[in-house]
Amino acid sequence: MTKTANWMTVCQTSDLVDNSGVCALINEQQVALFKLSVREQVQLFAISNWDPIGKANVLYRGLLTSVGETITVASPLYKQRYSLATGQCLDADEIAVRVYPIRIEQQLVQIQIDK
Amino acid sequence: MTMSAQIKSKQQTRIVVVGNGMVGHHFVEQLIQHNANVAQDGQAIHICVLSAEPRLAYDRVHLSEYFSGKTAEELALTTPQYYQQNQVEFKLDAAVVDIDKQAKTVTTVQGEVLAYDKLVLATGSFPFVPPIPGNDQAHCLVYRTIEDLEAINHAAQVSKVGVVVGGGLLGLEAANALKQAGLQTHVVEFAPQLMAVQVDEGGGRLLRSKIEALGVQVHTQKATQNIEKGDSCRYKMCFADGSNLETDMILFSAGIRPQDALARQFDIAIGERGGIKVDNYCQTSAQDIYAIGECALWNNFIFGLVAPGYTMARVAATHILGGDLSFLGADMSTKLKLMGVEVGSIGDAHARQAGALSYIYENQPQGLYKKIVVDATKQKLLGAVLVGDTSDYDTLLQYALNGIDLPEFPESLILPAGSEGKPGLGADALPSTATICSCHNVSKGDIIAAFDNGACSVGDIKSCTKASSGCGGCSALLKSVCDSELSKRGVEVKKDICEHFAYSRQELFHLVKVGHIKTFDSLLEKHGHGLGCEICKPAAASILASVWNEFILKPDHVSLQDTNDTYLGNMQKDGTYSIIPRIAGGEITPDKLIVLGQVGKKYNLYTKITGGQRIDLFGARVDQLPEIWEILINAGFETGHAYAKSLRTVKSCVGSTWCRFGVQDSVGQAIDLENRYKGLRAPHKIKFAVSGCTRECAEAQSKDIGVIATENGWNLYVCGNGGMKPRHADLFATDLDSATLVKYIDRILMFYVRTADRLQRTSVWLENLEGGLDYLKQVVIEDSLGLVEALEKQMQLVVDSYQCEWRTAIESQASRKRFRQFVNSDKVDSNIVFVQERQQIRPATEAEKQSYLQQADIKTSEVV
Repeated sequence: MTKTANWMTVCQTSDLVDNSGVCALINEQQVALFKLSVREQVQLFAISNWDPIGKANVLYRGLLTSVGETITVASPLYKQRYSLATGQCLDADEIAVRVYPIRIEQQLVQIQIDK
Repeated sequence: MTMSAQIKSKQQTRIVVVGNGMVGHHFVEQLIQHNANVAQDGQAIHICVLSAEPRLAYDRVHLSEYFSGKTAEELALTTPQYYQQNQVEFKLDAAVVDIDKQAKTVTTVQGEVLAYDKLVLATGSFPFVPPIPGNDQAHCLVYRTIEDLEAINHAAQVSKVGVVVGGGLLGLEAANALKQAGLQTHVVEFAPQLMAVQVDEGGGRLLRSKIEALGVQVHTQKATQNIEKGDSCRYKMCFADGSNLETDMILFSAGIRPQDALARQFDIAIGERGGIKVDNYCQTSAQDIYAIGECALWNNFIFGLVAPGYTMARVAATHILGGDLSFLGADMSTKLKLMGVEVGSIGDAHARQAGALSYIYENQPQGLYKKIVVDATKQKLLGAVLVGDTSDYDTLLQYALNGIDLPEFPESLILPAGSEGKPGLGADALPSTATICSCHNVSKGDIIAAFDNGACSVGDIKSCTKASSGCGGCSALLKSVCDSELSKRGVEVKKDICEHFAYSRQELFHLVKVGHIKTFDSLLEKHGHGLGCEICKPAAASILASVWNEFILKPDHVSLQDTNDTYLGNMQKDGTYSIIPRIAGGEITPDKLIVLGQVGKKYNLYTKITGGQRIDLFGARVDQLPEIWEILINAGFETGHAYAKSLRTVKSCVGSTWCRFGVQDSVGQAIDLENRYKGLRAPHKIKFAVSGCTRECAEAQSKDIGVIATENGWNLYVCGNGGMKPRHADLFATDLDSATLVKYIDRILMFYVRTADRLQRTSVWLENLEGGLDYLKQVVIEDSLGLVEALEKQMQLVVDSYQCEWRTAIESQASRKRFRQFVNSDKVDSNIVFVQERQQIRPATEAEKQSYLQQADIKTSEVV
C-alpha cells in the first residue's frame, strides 16, 4: 500500500448482504465486498472482483466458504477458491487477487485504495 | 532386473509393430514407458507402428457401446498427439505386404520399405464367415471394427428383421446391437446351446430362456446351407434340416480366425488350424520376429480375450529389452452382462478334468443357475458357471486362481445365504500374489506397495497401477481391497459430504427432515462446523428446498445458493446470464413467441432453441435480469428453472391430436407432468419426455423419466440419460393409467431425492442402488419399505407450495436490489463486450476486447 492510499466511502452497511458479496466501482476498479456474519460476529473483506482464471468480473457472486481456518470465496465460473484475507488462490499457487483494507465508520463502509 | 538395464549401446533398436489393435497398442505403451525410464541417456529404441485401419487403437471390448451412443473418439485408446509426443512413428492404412527376413525389412501397401531390428506381429484376428453360398451379399456383414459398425448401422436403417449367425459371446452382443436398433432379432447357432465355450448345458438353457424373454428368438442346431432371395424379407436363410428363416440383414459372428496371412506367406511357422506359433517369449520361428495377441498360437491355443493379449505384449516387450518374463498361458474366466443377463464362467466350466465333481444350484422361478466344479478331494475350486446372478464371481475366481482351500461344504459358496450367511472371502483372505486386475496384471501385493508409496485412495491406486481401467470387471474387488487396506492403515473410509459435515447427503436429508431444521445456520450449528463450502451449502439448499420448499432467495437461504440459483439464471463465460422461460411440453402460442422475439430484440440478446424444446436468450447483464423477467411474467411466462438442480423440461412429440400414428395425447400428458413437478429441487437436474407412440419421437428412453404411449395407457421408463454417459432408461411398468403413472413418478422421484448422493443423476443412482431396478420396483410398486404414503405426501407438499421464483423475486424490492452490478454506481461492467456473428451477438474474445478498447477507449459495453 502506498502513502497516497486513502480511506474512501463505498456504501452503507445496509447495502451489504450477510454471508454473501456485493460489488462496488471505485476509480474504475471493481471491488468485491463480503460480509461474514456468524453468531453476531461480523467480519468484512474486500478483494478485486476480477476472476483471473475465468477472466470476468464475477468474484462477488461466488460462494463464501471455509477451508480449515481459511475463509475463502469460490469463483462462480470455475470454482477456484481465493483466500479473502490474503487474495491467494488455494487451487493455483501462482495466482492471487488484490486485497483491500476495509472498515466501517459510522454505518459507512470504507476501503483503502490508491487515488 | 529392470528392462532398461540391458540396452547399453547408444545405437537405437528399431522396432516395427504390425497392427495397432488393443494388444499392439499395449505393446507400444510398454515401450514408451521404457523410453521414459531411459530418457536421460537418450532414446534407446525407435518405434514404428503400421496400422491397416484408418485410425489408431480403440477399445474393441466395449465396441457395442458404439450403438448406445459412444463415438469413435470416445472409444479411442490413444491419440496421434500422444504417439507424436512419445516419438512413436505411425502410419495408418499401411497394411504390410512383404517381409524380407534376410534384409530385415517390411514393405507397406504404399510401397514404403522399413528396416527393423525387431518385428512384432500384432495383426489380431478376423471374423470367421462360414462358407455358405450367398454370404457375400450387400447386407451380410461382420462385427469387428468401427467400419463394420457403421455398415451395420446403415443396413439396420433399411431393415426390419436381423439375424446373427453365432450364439457365442460376441454373437449375443451383436444381437443386442440389432435389438437396440429396433430390429426383430434372431440368433442362429450351430451348436445345441448358446455360449457353448463358457457355459454348460444347464446354464445355456437358462441363458436361452432369458434372452428369448427379451424378445430375441434363438434357433439352435441350425446349419445354414444357402442364403437366397427372400419372399417377405430381403433374404431367406435355408437350413440343413429343411426349415428356413427370412431376414433383411445377416451378421456373421461365428468365431474368430487368427490373422496369420503374413506368416503363411513369408514362411513363419503356423499351427495346423492357423495361428502364428510362438514360444514362451512370444518369439516366432523366424529370428527377431514376435507375435502377440489373437494372431499368436501358444501351446496350440489362441487366446481371444484382451487380458492374455496384454500379458503377451508385456512378455514380448520385456524380452526385446533383455528382461526375463515368460508367457505361461492365461486364465480365460469371464464375467459379463449380455442384454442385461449376467453370465460368468470360470476355469473348467464343463468339468472336463479327470475326477472333477460338480455342485449345481438352479432356481427356475428366479432365473438363477450356479455351478461349481471342484477337484476329486473337494479341496480346490476348478471352475464355475453363473447365469442370472454373478455376485459370487469375484469370490469364486479368487478361490480358483489362488488355489485357496474350499470351505467344508463347498456348495455353501453358491447356495442362497441362509440365516448364518455365506462364508465370505474378504479382501484380507487373499494372498498378496492374488491377481486383482487381470487386464493390467495388478496383484494385491502391487496395490499394497502403491499404498506404501503414498497412494491414499482408490483413485490414486487406479491412476498409478492402472488397476480396473481395462474391462472394469474388478472394480468392486479393487474397492474392497483398497477399503480394507485403508482401514488397516487407520484411514477411516468416509462418505462425508465435505469437511464441514461428517454425514452423507442421505444422512443430512434425514437430519433436516426429522429434526425439523429449516435453515443452514441451524443445520451447521447442530451437526457441522466451520462456515460451510461450495459443496455443502448448495447441497443443504437443495435438501431444504426439497423438504420445505421455501423461496430460495429468502435471506436465510440466499447465501447458500450456487451463483446460478442466486441470480435465477445461468451464468455464461463472460459473467452475463441466459434466460429460459418455461415452455411446458414445448407448446407455445404465436403471441408468446412474439414476446420472446421482442424481448430478444429490445435487449439485444442472442437467441437459440435448446435441446429441451425451449428458447434460450443469452447475454443479459445481471442488472437487466429483473426488468426482462418483469416483461416475460406480465406476458404469462414463468421461470424455467434452467439454472436449478430440479425438473428442467418434459419434452413431447405432437401426439395423437395431430400425428397419424399417435395413440395418446402426449403433449397434454407432458404439460400436466411438467406443471406437476416444476420447481422440485433434487440432487441433480431431472429431464422427462413423453412420446405418443412407440416410434418414440420424443426420445423418452434417454430421460430420467420417460413415458411412452401404448394402446392401453402409458409405459413408464426410468433412469435414462443422454449427455456425457448415455444410459438407456429401464422399463419400469407398462400400460398405466394417468393416475397410477403420476403416483409411481411421485414415489420414484421422492425416493431419489431422499436417497441419492449430491449431484448424482438418476442413472448413476439406480446403478448404485443395491438391488437395482427390482429393488426400486419393490419399494415403489409393492411398498416393501412401507414408505409410499410418506413419499406421495412429501411430493404433494412440494407441488402445493410451488411458486414462480422470478415472480416472487421481482415483487420484492429487497430481492431486486441483489441484481445490481455495483452498490455505488449505475454503470455497467466494462468487461462485457459483444461482437456480431451471424446477425447476432457473441462475447468478444480477449484479443477482440483489447483492440476494441484501444480503438474506442470506451469503458462500458453500451455499444453494439
